[in-house]
Amino acid sequence: MEHRIIDQKLDLLRDKLLLLGGATENALHRAMRALTERDSELAQKVLAEDEIIDQMEVEIDRFSIEILALQQPAAHDLRFVISVAKITPILERIADHAGSIADAALVLNDSPQIKELVDLPLMANTAAEMLRRALDAFTAEDAAVSREVIKQDQKINEAYRRVFDELLKMMVDDSTITNSAAHLLFVGKHLERIGDYVKDICELNVYLTEAAFIKHSGEK
Amino acid sequence: MDNKITVSNLDFFYGKAQALYDISIKIPEREVIAFIGPSGCGKSTFLRTLNRMNDTIPDTHAKGEVIIDGENIYAGGTDVVALRRKVGMVFQKSNPFPKSIFENVAYGIRINGIHKDKADMEVRVEKALRDAALWEEVKDRLSTSAFGLSGGQQQRLCIARALAVQPEVILMDEPASALDPIATQKIEELVVELKKDYTIVIVTHNMQQAARVSDRTAFFMLGKLVEFNPTKKMFTNPDEKLTEDYITGRFG
Repeated sequence: MEHRIIDQKLDLLRDKLLLLGGATENALHRAMRALTERDSELAQKVLAEDEIIDQMEVEIDRFSIEILALQQPAAHDLRFVISVAKITPILERIADHAGSIADAALVLNDSPQIKELVDLPLMANTAAEMLRRALDAFTAEDAAVSREVIKQDQKINEAYRRVFDELLKMMVDDSTITNSAAHLLFVGKHLERIGDYVKDICELNVYLTEAAFIKHSGEK
Repeated sequence: MDNKITVSNLDFFYGKAQALYDISIKIPEREVIAFIGPSGCGKSTFLRTLNRMNDTIPDTHAKGEVIIDGENIYAGGTDVVALRRKVGMVFQKSNPFPKSIFENVAYGIRINGIHKDKADMEVRVEKALRDAALWEEVKDRLSTSAFGLSGGQQQRLCIARALAVQPEVILMDEPASALDPIATQKIEELVVELKKDYTIVIVTHNMQQAARVSDRTAFFMLGKLVEFNPTKKMFTNPDEKLTEDYITGRFG
């Protein structure tokens, strides 16, 4: 196989995406630590570093467009560039959710802890693991792993329903904790959304590897 | 959709050297079909089997069937002149006659005796030039030499000349490869326009051109048809690894 100019570009594009993925994973991990360890300084760092992630997104957009315009990729190359261009804003949104969790941590850390956090860390760990596996599967172009990861989202959804019921009951029982309970509820919602976004990444990997659109197809 | 051309198990030989192997393909009516493949893959040879243009090369022969509108053009008794009127051809290098613009288009009409009278001839020449998107550029200088036209205009004149004898299929062998991007774009727009009335088969080395203008693409290699699929599929998810490697420039 001849070495093609486009190969260098595609490798670089993949590297940029994985760097963004790493930064996103890191943001989620640290936002949850800021919450569970009541570390407001760490929450501030997560928020400050969101700007870097935004810049990474812009750079990948710019580079994807450049490849489309100058290299005119086809077939697998084309699907790769399109997948990266679609995964990039998903990662940026996951990082935004991590930022929102950091925001919630700042509020929650100023008040006494209303409950021991069990399901929220479980949701966060599941989401983080899904994200890591989704990015690994994308790198390895392994659609089978992507399909497994999609199924993992169920675990997050179940935990979210438990969190929702529990916090709602706590708010009804004790109106003095409503503010903190509402913020925890937001955290749960952010984690639930992250699970959905990781599913979208997995669907794009199936598109990349099999040229199949499984989004909205009913396939789970 | 009706098939205009059905080729079955076609082999083609230059002397003893086999150039095409067992080609079978169905070309639907009023579509643009692109033939792509590396140099020497047989795509131009195959194009020329569709109106028996290869007959002009000594010591060549074909085996198999090329059926156009239900008739095998390689069966005995085929009127080759009538065949080439029905299946017209445009070449890579524009080749106008050393005559006026008008006469270039009128020539085929005259030798085929298609026109009724002088007025009818003028109507036919104008229609062919309009259909080839050239009329507005040449209507005031029809009696001047065709050699005064630009390369792109000469190529469209050749297309007008092909259209003038009312063909049903137009074969184009790299019609834009010698043209600049603007002239190329005009030819491409013309190809897309012409498919309303004609079945068009176009050989091109320009992958993007095949992607832009054709409904289906056939990929040839070493005299064999590797893949024939809708162009959308061919350029996003081809069935064959060889096709993928070729259209993404992994070999050339």
